[in-house]
Amino acid sequence: MAGRWRDLGLAALGLLLLLLVPVFGAPPAIRDFIMFGMAYGLLAMSLNLLIGYTGLVSFGHAMFFAAGAYAFGLAMQSGKFSIPGAFVLAIGFTALMALIVGAICVRLNEIYFAFLTLAFQMLFYNIILGWVSFTGGDQGLMGGIPRPKFLGIDLADRTQLYIFCSVAFVVCIAILRQVVTSPFGYTLRMIRDNQERAAFLGINVIMVKLACFVISACIAGVGGILLTLFVSGAYPNFGFWTTSGEAIFMILLGGSNVFLGPLVGTVILRLLNDITVTYTSHTELVLGIVILVLVLGLRKGPLDLLAERWENRRQAKAQAVRDAADKDAQAGRDA
Amino acid sequence: MLKLENLKKSFGGVAATRDVTLDFADGSLSAIIGPNGAGKTTLFNLITGRFPPDTGRILLAGENIAGLSQRRIVRLGIGRAFQVASLFPTLTVSEALAAAAQAHQRRETVLRSPFPLAATTKQGDEIMELLGLTRVAGILSRNLSHGDQKLLDIGLALALDPKVLLLDEPTAGMGPEERWRMIETVQRLWRARRMTLIFIEHDMDIVFKVAQTVRVLSYGSVLAEGTPDEVRTNAKVIEAYLGKSAHGTAGQGATA
Ligand SMILES: Nc1ncnc2c1ncn2[C@@H]1O[C@H](COP(=O)(O)OP(=O)(O)O)[C@@H](O)[C@H]1O
Ligand SMILES: [Mg+2]
Repeated sequence: MAGRWRDLGLAALGLLLLLLVPVFGAPPAIRDFIMFGMAYGLLAMSLNLLIGYTGLVSFGHAMFFAAGAYAFGLAMQSGKFSIPGAFVLAIGFTALMALIVGAICVRLNEIYFAFLTLAFQMLFYNIILGWVSFTGGDQGLMGGIPRPKFLGIDLADRTQLYIFCSVAFVVCIAILRQVVTSPFGYTLRMIRDNQERAAFLGINVIMVKLACFVISACIAGVGGILLTLFVSGAYPNFGFWTTSGEAIFMILLGGSNVFLGPLVGTVILRLLNDITVTYTSHTELVLGIVILVLVLGLRKGPLDLLAERWENRRQAKAQAVRDAADKDAQAGRDA
Repeated sequence: MLKLENLKKSFGGVAATRDVTLDFADGSLSAIIGPNGAGKTTLFNLITGRFPPDTGRILLAGENIAGLSQRRIVRLGIGRAFQVASLFPTLTVSEALAAAAQAHQRRETVLRSPFPLAATTKQGDEIMELLGLTRVAGILSRNLSHGDQKLLDIGLALALDPKVLLLDEPTAGMGPEERWRMIETVQRLWRARRMTLIFIEHDMDIVFKVAQTVRVLSYGSVLAEGTPDEVRTNAKVIEAYLGKSAHGTAGQGATA
């Protein structure tokens, strides 16, 4: 329980820091950087619920990012919905899609799961490209996304949009945190560690995986909505496999065993991206080298490395406690 | 409590279980012995629904559970520990027990459990106390000693509050002294929980001293059953399994 209040406090603090940015009149470039970071951060964080916590390596996560983006954009362009209405609709659509895709995919293990999610993503991407009259095909949703006022909030205003996105972002992160610290979150770890044993404790492995898949898709969908609001459009590459790949890079760059690892990875990747784009035209090359160094050199994300140090120290302490107790017990038996 | 009737199971022509009929009384402490490959583990796999029997019935408190899913059978009250401890490497002992206990209370589903995992649960604490695991509460399962891993495996099964507990070679891979300590723990938990407990064991001294009844399996069938004294003096057992010596561990050859 104490942990929960601490987490809520940290979330509030995070939100406060985010909200201070416009107050201090940060240059638009920084604000834009943060907004992109929040959208892609939700993509990476939600993917890590699958990869890091459940051991489900999905290659198709960006399809839910795109699903949220397109559903929201199309609902707004139809002119029939308020922003909250379209938001709920888009999440509902994403959840439904995840339910259907997940029901098929989570029955498979490892590489088969990965490939099937990739296949569904290709299917979805091709539907977006092919259904030109509805989605605008490779041009994306053109003509801007209308942002009518609701409850006195005007998202056409950059500052208000920033605040709205920050709140949505922090709420999603708090939800994810809640999920991973709940008994459900420990069920995910049990499934990751030893699926057979989990089943043998009476856990319905398929249902738990499916629930996890849907939750994670919905959070990715929120990321897509934020991006749509931000760029005032939706584009097919939101749901292309390279976007899923980027999300996996982010997790690798930060670390999958630390809750906020993927978010740190998002910041690193976007910084690397922005810097290399400014100074060289070989962005991919630089990224490739960085990944290579991480994978071959550190073999894990930088945050994972720190967490491991910390964990090792705690383990050493716990083992010292045990050894002392065992020594006492042995002395008792000898006497 | 648990009745097996004419159970048969073959794996592609290899008969692992041939017409086994056994009856385990409510609250009894029974041992199953038999050489390697006799079909002991297979019998546990059948009872727990890892795979269904080819024919035969498995009655739990009079109800046939043969063919039910593993999950259903767990929920009906059969818990099991494995010959090779089956754990969650990245969870600490107390986390694993708390998570198992909460899963048993059906709190593992996301809607039923909006609260963080209680790092310790009453059930988990009791189990650690009972098994002597309190001293390793904070250690990750993968960092435990072999003996503690076997104990935690039993602890996970206990978290389900089973009516019937099946222990597959709880003393496997242990030295003599550690074996006795383990078996004392098994006796202690059997007394504390008043459940029907069945364990597989190779060490004759342990089996004859601890078990109320002994079943001897050989080539998938029941060679003999009865009290330790009856089994010890059974001619078939002496001939086929114990060798010349009816006492000690002379005939048990392999232990793994
Ligand atoms: N899943 C399986 N697939 C094929 N053969 C199996 C399987 N499980 C057990 N067996 C076979 O059944 C026989 C009995 O095995 P087991 O029950 O593990 O023996 P025990 O536990 O008494 O040493 C062995 O010949 C073994 O090879
Ligand atoms: Mg065996």
